[in-house]
Amino acid sequence: MNLARFYDRPDVYLIVAAFLLALGIYGLLRRRTLIGMLIAGELIFSSASLNFMALNRFLAPDPAVGQIVVLFIMGLAAAEVAIALSIVIAVYRNYRSVDTSDLSELKG
Amino acid sequence: MNPFPGAGILAFIIFCVCVATTVAGGLLAVFTVRIIRSVCGLALCCIGLAGLYYFLHSPFLALMEILIYVGAVCVTIIFAVMLAEPEENVSREGRARDLVWMVSAVLLAGVVFYAVSRLGLSGPWPAPPAPPGDASVKAIGISLLTTYSLAFELISLVLLVAILGALVIARSGRTKP
Repeated sequence: MNLARFYDRPDVYLIVAAFLLALGIYGLLRRRTLIGMLIAGELIFSSASLNFMALNRFLAPDPAVGQIVVLFIMGLAAAEVAIALSIVIAVYRNYRSVDTSDLSELKG
Repeated sequence: MNPFPGAGILAFIIFCVCVATTVAGGLLAVFTVRIIRSVCGLALCCIGLAGLYYFLHSPFLALMEILIYVGAVCVTIIFAVMLAEPEENVSREGRARDLVWMVSAVLLAGVVFYAVSRLGLSGPWPAPPAPPGDASVKAIGISLLTTYSLAFELISLVLLVAILGALVIARSGRTKP
């Protein structure tokens, strides 16, 4: 395998995307504040985008489709961040904390 | 004769820098304790991703990644961090339970990473098409306004509703004494 053409193969991109997905899942499980969990969710969005772009570049017959899908993912991620952060601020105003272990009013 | 003999090696080095930036940013975003460093890690990860998009023949999306993620999403998260001052305090549960949680999270993440990367490396991908289609910004714009015009309009509606909903949720209860 020629070392200099390493970036013209889909393998590295797919492995980086899988690594970002695993990091995002680990962060979602480990983070204790809502904002930390939101950041981990953004990592998962990024991994999905990278996967779309890699398969779009190397395997899709029409390379414009994947870029449009990734644009839509970015738009949805922006909308999600706006809503989630406003919920975080509303929660902080009511509870004076965004720690997930404090938000246990509905816990059985 | 190639006028730039070291161009391949140079591109390889830049590619490695992009991958390392992405991975390091992701690690920083997940493993740091302070939340503001985590946001900086997310920004670093997105800059590396923009470089990877450039290597995937899409400079338009590289620009959009920096513009939207680093310029808008990270700045918004920093605003929320300043407003809500989240502190990652040390666990209130026992150490043993915390260790069990950490081990199970690492195990789950490792299994997901192994399964997805194995699927990506060993999948029976079809052969790439011989003449690659047009991937320019012009082609993207044409298909956004013809084939995907409904989704394009719908996402503008989603963004509008998200802005209004964020305003309503974040403002409610603010004017009360």
